[in-house]
Amino acid sequence: MTELLPLPGLRHVPAADAPQNRKEFTSDQEVRWCPGCGDYAVLAAVQGFLPELGLKRENIVFVSGIGCSSRFPYYLDTYGMHSIHGRAPAIATGLATTREDLSVWVVTGDGDALSIGGNHLIHALRRNVNMTILLFNNRIYGLTKGQYSPTSEPGKVTKSTPMGSLDNPFNPVSLALGAEGTFVARTVDSDRKHLTSVLSAAAAHRGTSLVEIYQNCPIFNDGAFDAIKDNESRSEAIIPLAHGEPIRFGRDRQLGVVRDRFTGGVRIEENPSDADVLVHDAHAADPTTAFALSRLTDSGVLAHAAIGIFRQVEASTYDDQARDQIATARAGTTDTRTALAGLLASGDTWDVV
Amino acid sequence: MTKQVQQLDRVIIRFAGDSGDGMQLTGDRFTQETASFGNDLSTLPNFPAEIRAPQGTLPGVSSFQVHFADHDILTPGDSPDVLVAMNPAALKANLSDVKKGATVIVDSHDFTSRNLSRAGYAENPLEDDTLAEYDVHAFELTDMTVEAVKEFGLSRKDSSRAKNMFALGLLSWMYGRPTDSTVTFLERRFAKAPDIRDANVTAFKAGWYFGETTEAFAVSYEIKPAPMAPGTYRNITGNLALAYGLIAGSTQSGLPLFLGSYPITPASDILHELSKHKRFGITTFQAEDEIAGVGAALGASFGGSLGVTTTSGPGLALKAETIGLGVMMELPLLVVDVQRGGPSTGLPTKTEQADLLQAMFGRNGESPVPVVAPRSPADCFDAALEAARIAVTYRTPVLLLSDGMLANGSEPWHIPEVADLPMIDPAFATEPNHTVESGKSAGERDFWPYLRDEETLARPWAVPGTKGLEHRIGGLEKGAGHGNISYDPANHDLMVRTRAAKVERIARDIPPLEVDDPLDEDGRGADILVLGWGSTYGPIGAAVRQVRSSGHPVAQAHLRHLNPFPADLGAVLRSYDTVMVPEMNLGQLSMLLRAKYLVDVIGYNHVRGLPLRAAELAEAITKEITR
Repeated sequence: MTELLPLPGLRHVPAADAPQNRKEFTSDQEVRWCPGCGDYAVLAAVQGFLPELGLKRENIVFVSGIGCSSRFPYYLDTYGMHSIHGRAPAIATGLATTREDLSVWVVTGDGDALSIGGNHLIHALRRNVNMTILLFNNRIYGLTKGQYSPTSEPGKVTKSTPMGSLDNPFNPVSLALGAEGTFVARTVDSDRKHLTSVLSAAAAHRGTSLVEIYQNCPIFNDGAFDAIKDNESRSEAIIPLAHGEPIRFGRDRQLGVVRDRFTGGVRIEENPSDADVLVHDAHAADPTTAFALSRLTDSGVLAHAAIGIFRQVEASTYDDQARDQIATARAGTTDTRTALAGLLASGDTWDVV
Repeated sequence: MTKQVQQLDRVIIRFAGDSGDGMQLTGDRFTQETASFGNDLSTLPNFPAEIRAPQGTLPGVSSFQVHFADHDILTPGDSPDVLVAMNPAALKANLSDVKKGATVIVDSHDFTSRNLSRAGYAENPLEDDTLAEYDVHAFELTDMTVEAVKEFGLSRKDSSRAKNMFALGLLSWMYGRPTDSTVTFLERRFAKAPDIRDANVTAFKAGWYFGETTEAFAVSYEIKPAPMAPGTYRNITGNLALAYGLIAGSTQSGLPLFLGSYPITPASDILHELSKHKRFGITTFQAEDEIAGVGAALGASFGGSLGVTTTSGPGLALKAETIGLGVMMELPLLVVDVQRGGPSTGLPTKTEQADLLQAMFGRNGESPVPVVAPRSPADCFDAALEAARIAVTYRTPVLLLSDGMLANGSEPWHIPEVADLPMIDPAFATEPNHTVESGKSAGERDFWPYLRDEETLARPWAVPGTKGLEHRIGGLEKGAGHGNISYDPANHDLMVRTRAAKVERIARDIPPLEVDDPLDEDGRGADILVLGWGSTYGPIGAAVRQVRSSGHPVAQAHLRHLNPFPADLGAVLRSYDTVMVPEMNLGQLSMLLRAKYLVDVIGYNHVRGLPLRAAELAEAITKEITR
């Protein structure tokens, strides 16, 4: 999993002159999330992990949209932009395309990324712009005080759906894989170690990395992820994905993911033989199996969820190619003002004396 | 036999045919020939929104009007002196615009009963007295073209497609246009298809020889070159000039240009053009939608690029929230709106200037944005450069309001010397700008992103990668100076007023309004001022000339800056008894002037999707004077 430096995703970002610490990445702004919010854990993990990347702090930019999680940039002493609802991937695309020397991060939530900003998210993934998107999924609207979100389980009773919500939720990982995202992962706010390892891999990836982070909202959707957090149930609820490892889990590793010959997908089987258990291949060029694995996650109340890196493949990125085109076109152009004079006087001209 | 040559001072020709007949190309070539000959000129392309509307029908008619003269002219002209109609629908759709006695050249090939009825003619107008008042020349242009190019072995359909070049050749002979550039153009354009290339060149020459030999035309015409200031010229459309102006904004500021755009008529040509010029370090990003286009541009601006987005009215509506974010974050951003008929999808290929109030007020909250408008196709270059200057200097989104008439119309452009273009200083922040007053860091230097320049009120632009200036900006209200989130009532009031004051400050570097008043010298001043903005400059100027030539003094002024207005505008308005404001909307500038200056301006408003007609406007001005 560990990539050798320089990490491809950060290839052109200058390294820090001296080791940095967590404090340097902490801004002077008071954090204003609700007590017990999962966002604190993610912030702490990011503040702890960024110094380890060894990048110049001034070359890191966090762009967010609107929602609880989108306050994130204010609490990091890097460059940051708290933008408008749903548009952070579009804004980050312009920034990342023009500035290869920046490490660009997008912080978004389930409403921001999948509802109002759904279009920008899928197109960012399709283009594979070099940036890391942290999608905080609490399966509820927090900042607007508790309406259901596009990841809420069907039948969700909220202020706006007193008789239960009617829409089918998105599975963010399935959506991202459908858009052929080149790095798609899921992790959990409370598992600092796993969170950090996924974030490291995401930052190392060149292209758009999407990391869905299950994040508890203690005010409006408390306990949404209890099944995978509870010490009793987690070993059977979490389907762990690690590249090159057989997908086995359960208290006694009695459960395994196997191919389903009838549907072409995958399913969970009790006591499968070693030969039948699927060995996770995050590097498979074809996203089909990764998509099948994403379907093991419940769309209703969460009892099972696959956690880990679903897909991590190398592919050309939009921004690298855009810069290459410019470099090719520029070859030999030294002075743009001279070139401008040539351009203005091109075409059919005539002289008046 | 040498034919007689008659001198004319100006001519208006309109080429009209089916959308697939190549009328835009024909008009464009005639224009290039005319430009290189040295006439002053102005053009008006007019085409349907459908790519290929049903053949032979009125909605499918496409036309191109060119007005050229031996003197300086301002408009494409109201009524053609010559109409070239390639089919019955083209004749039917355009005849009412043509002066009585004008020359009407018709390709009679398509005047079959089927095509006549498609165009809504019960009888053949070539055979009854429909055209009695015109000088009609009906020829089998299609048959003559097919005959002329038969040696190349093309199908009849392909052969007949060169009929537009036959017509161009004929008109080129009639008006003594130089032909070399068209031959070169055709050779280049069809370089990969030698038979088509040869057919077009041959048809073009055949049209010329036909004019020379036919007895139908006893005379040809000469329009001498117009006197112009010494220099190098080229013919240019507004969209091309605007794209060049954006590139100049980049080279003059040293900022890489980033265009985020979503294709929309009539603005797409700017995206096409800029995408060809990556050697200037230009990034063109065809976004998934209008919102992403402007969002990416704003993101690029945050990173130190000159962020630009191009659109038309409906797209501007979608970009509103992001422009508001740009207002709040105080970053340079250029928003180009090539206006078209609205509301909603409206008239995509027709012109209008009804987005002024949207540009001014189409955002939530108090969200002032500078607004700049070009007055002619060539002026799009200067207006774009000026908009870039304001955006960069004042760290603000700027709206540049072009329109469909400017975008596609063309005129000769005196190519500027690059050395004469203004430089733009991005003045990036590189150092901390503030000393901590208290606390444990007291005395240390830090960076306050909203500590303003006292002169311009602009805030510092510190781009990522600048050490020690790390900061966060966003859409939430910022505290004055330090820029942290602030919900303080007094601070919000201060910031709202400061953003407004910053835009007002721009008036300090706007020159006073130029007023062209024939009675200025004797200190009296005319009684009436005609004030306009945008593409109405040409029609207003032509109308004012007509009124003056009939003996009535009338003053004219034209606004480039719609927000803020020039500082002396109020005084100018008050110095006239009557102020008339012609616009292609229902009175949007009038509303702004009345609100700001309490001056009872008189509107003159048409929203026909076409430029104002100079003659009608002249009549309205005269009526006002003689009232």
